[in-house]
Amino acid sequence: MSTGQSAGGVKVQVVEEVVIRFAGDSGDGMQLTGTQFTTTSALVGNDLATFPDYPAEIRAPVGTLPGVSAFQVRFSSTDIHSPGDAPDALVAMNPAALKVNLKELKKGGLIIVNEGNFGPSDLAKATYAYNPLESSDLDGYQVVRVDLNKLTKEALAGLGLDTKTTLRCKNFFALGMTYWVYSRPIEPTLKWMETQFKKRPELIEANQRALKAGYNWCDITGVFQSRYEVPPAPLTPGKYRNIMGNQATALGLVAAARLANLQLFLGSYPITPASDVLHDLSKYKQYGVVTFQAEDEIAAACAAVGAAYAGNLAVTATSGPGLALKGEAIGLAVMTELPVVIIDVQRGGPSTGLPTKTEQADLLQAVYGRNSEAPLCVIAARSPSDCFDAAVEACRIAVEHMTPVILLTDGYIANGAEPWLLPAMDSLKPIKAEFRTQPEGFQPYSRNPDTLARPWVKPGTPGLEHRIGGIEKADGSGNISYDPTNHEFMCRTRADKVARIANFIPEATVKGVQSGKVLVLSWGGTYGSVAAALESCEKKKQSVGWVHLRHLNPFPRNLGEIIKRFDKVLVPELNLGQLVRMIRDQFVVPAIPYNKIQGRPFMTSEVIEAIEKELG
Amino acid sequence: MSTTTLTKKDYKSDQEVRWCPGCGDYAILNAVQGVFAELQMDRAKTVIVSGIGCSSRFPYYMSTYGFHTIHGRAPAVATGIKLANPDLDVWVVTGDGDGLSIGGNHFIHALRRNVGLKVMLFNNRIYGLTKGQYSPTSLVGAVTKSSPSGALDNPFTPVSVALGAGAAFVARSVDIFGKHLQDTIRAAAGVKGSAFVEILQNCNIFNDGAWEHVTEKGVKDDNVVELRAGKPLQFGKEQNLGLRLRGFDVEKFNIGSEGGVDDCIVWNPATPNPGLAFAMAQLNEREMPTPIGVFRDVERANYEQAVHAQIAEARAKHGDGDLKKLLHSGDTWTVS
Repeated sequence: MSTGQSAGGVKVQVVEEVVIRFAGDSGDGMQLTGTQFTTTSALVGNDLATFPDYPAEIRAPVGTLPGVSAFQVRFSSTDIHSPGDAPDALVAMNPAALKVNLKELKKGGLIIVNEGNFGPSDLAKATYAYNPLESSDLDGYQVVRVDLNKLTKEALAGLGLDTKTTLRCKNFFALGMTYWVYSRPIEPTLKWMETQFKKRPELIEANQRALKAGYNWCDITGVFQSRYEVPPAPLTPGKYRNIMGNQATALGLVAAARLANLQLFLGSYPITPASDVLHDLSKYKQYGVVTFQAEDEIAAACAAVGAAYAGNLAVTATSGPGLALKGEAIGLAVMTELPVVIIDVQRGGPSTGLPTKTEQADLLQAVYGRNSEAPLCVIAARSPSDCFDAAVEACRIAVEHMTPVILLTDGYIANGAEPWLLPAMDSLKPIKAEFRTQPEGFQPYSRNPDTLARPWVKPGTPGLEHRIGGIEKADGSGNISYDPTNHEFMCRTRADKVARIANFIPEATVKGVQSGKVLVLSWGGTYGSVAAALESCEKKKQSVGWVHLRHLNPFPRNLGEIIKRFDKVLVPELNLGQLVRMIRDQFVVPAIPYNKIQGRPFMTSEVIEAIEKELG
Repeated sequence: MSTTTLTKKDYKSDQEVRWCPGCGDYAILNAVQGVFAELQMDRAKTVIVSGIGCSSRFPYYMSTYGFHTIHGRAPAVATGIKLANPDLDVWVVTGDGDGLSIGGNHFIHALRRNVGLKVMLFNNRIYGLTKGQYSPTSLVGAVTKSSPSGALDNPFTPVSVALGAGAAFVARSVDIFGKHLQDTIRAAAGVKGSAFVEILQNCNIFNDGAWEHVTEKGVKDDNVVELRAGKPLQFGKEQNLGLRLRGFDVEKFNIGSEGGVDDCIVWNPATPNPGLAFAMAQLNEREMPTPIGVFRDVERANYEQAVHAQIAEARAKHGDGDLKKLLHSGDTWTVS
């Protein structure tokens, strides 16, 4: 840490990284505020990771504990993978936000609190029997009390806005304050306001005034003893874009359609937290994307099966409960061997569960959740930007192997953001989508000798008219067959086709030690937390290796061999133990589960603790 | 393109037809193949999609493209096919259980959207393939395997459901009324949006005679009224019965003793208000004639064409999307 003097005489401390959490009522605009802080930090050149955490209710009763919405940003001058465990700073817009978030704040951390919202009724709504600002609760923290309501009203005086509209700008006063404290420029947000509020020019002026007033208030009043600076991170040179997981998924699908030279079709039904995939793709019409908001999850999946049959790159996106509904249609895609991509943005369950919270508990549903023997390929994305690559990979496997593919993401990476190094266009490998047009010797269920894929035929192709369906097929002809040995042959062939995908995907690579005491085996959205834990292991020179799986069915070919090189296999997952069962089953090793199922990601410290427990 | 004339035989697949002997489905298959030959339908561009049930085996017996899907979901799969490739001529074959019970949701939404699908619903008022349970069109009191004391559910009238869903083309015919059935299928074939045809079909194994009041010689003339555009609703052995409006109700009367032909409703399937079509669909079949023919035939925006028009408009406005530009949009910055 180095220090300097700011113009106002306040010390500027250079720090490696900061974790800040904005918390307020769900109507306070905390997600927007956090997103702006993130975007600005990205432009400054920091590496960053975010964790939006909001209630399922659109507007829970104002000021109550269930209504608290929070957005955590970690911005750093080094390479980071997770939004951080405990915040260094908390912006609390009301007593409920303070109460919910205080326990996670680092001791000695900074609290910017809106004391304008600490009246008796505000305290009552947050079930405070006392005023925490006047209590010992905040001992040991740096507390900056500020009446955002009053100051925002003053800043916006003369604009002629009503009180309600005026007060809705207070989040930007708070954002302005944090920009001052963490030495961020306010210009990007001022510019953003011009487009965001284009249709209501009075709001451009109001919000810009609030932002500037917050920034200047810090400068003038000198209430902060320190300002901080987080220098740019040494990121790989190139062009970056701040991206959320669902956005990246949508872009990956568009890219895959281009790479395969196919029309993209999305059949979807609104469901949290997957709807943004539908929202984004419905904006990409000039890319020839067809989006279909179906009457239900089943219809969405069925329409995707129909579109795949007709020769489109067909996708359906959903979350866990929707995947359950789509099961039979996915079985039809397995039987008719059509390339359909099913995206499951996992959320807390079972049933409705925790719609806005994250979880990894759909793995077994994805791999096994259909009637009878219905094998398909399952892959998972590991971070917000990785959703792009994962979506392309899902489409590639589906089309090149003529199989449904389930892509698992989760609420955490779907809504989280990080800087994305934009891929060079020539690094995107074409996807081989081949349609059979030759009538001679055509059989709907003949097979490619390497992949076992059956031919893809577009209806409309003369001379190849044929019938397919959900009834068991005769090998080759595809005619209805109830023959017992044919059924076994076809079941085994469908399984073999999916198993052979392992011959076409990259082998797993081990980070950390290549053999030794503990192999950490993780998958999906826990990547960031586990990566940070492994950095700690490497620093301590512990005997720990790590494999993070993209492909969950089939597994990479060399996974069994890697597992043998370690004394123990530790499988951290945000469920009650799902990958761990698959590992035990396939490799007959006593893999050790490490589980958390709280609707929240792992903290790095938790993973470190779990690893160290196994190291003994 | 081949210029050879196709015959009815050319629309038959090489698969053995496996409906029960005497099943009404044979007559329907024959009528469809006849109309397809008459219209010289392009086999390569025709896709027949079905759900589950006896009727849903239909695609296997046609030499076109065919997709035998899962129970109730044919309209959803067909919607995907039509959206993916609007040039295909997509037909849906379903039954009263498949289309109105397990698949009721997809059925109404396909018609509501006016997707360019021809939906033929074979209504035999029974679950045949599962061997005889009451269906959503079985009458109250129907004694079946699953209703030994009589069915309690009030039945759907498929035409009413279709009209309620906003369908633009709604018709009804009967399996053994060869010419009428062909005329109806031909009319449906020419529809751009959704065309719904209910076909009253006899299941001679589990519900024999369900439509005998409509099909039996001696009674059918008095029990069936044909809806013909521009013609009065006149029926009966001697053409001595008519239907007229009394307030919002349709009333049967004797032509001669109770009024003249001029009092009959003159049928107009193209009238914007579906009210009269609905009233006709709701006639009590025990006291009133069963209408067959085209209930409704109006122009409505076609769904898949509208979807692709939006895409074309976006391309005209923004140009054919450049992938690099898309990836590089939003807030970007460069690290050197």
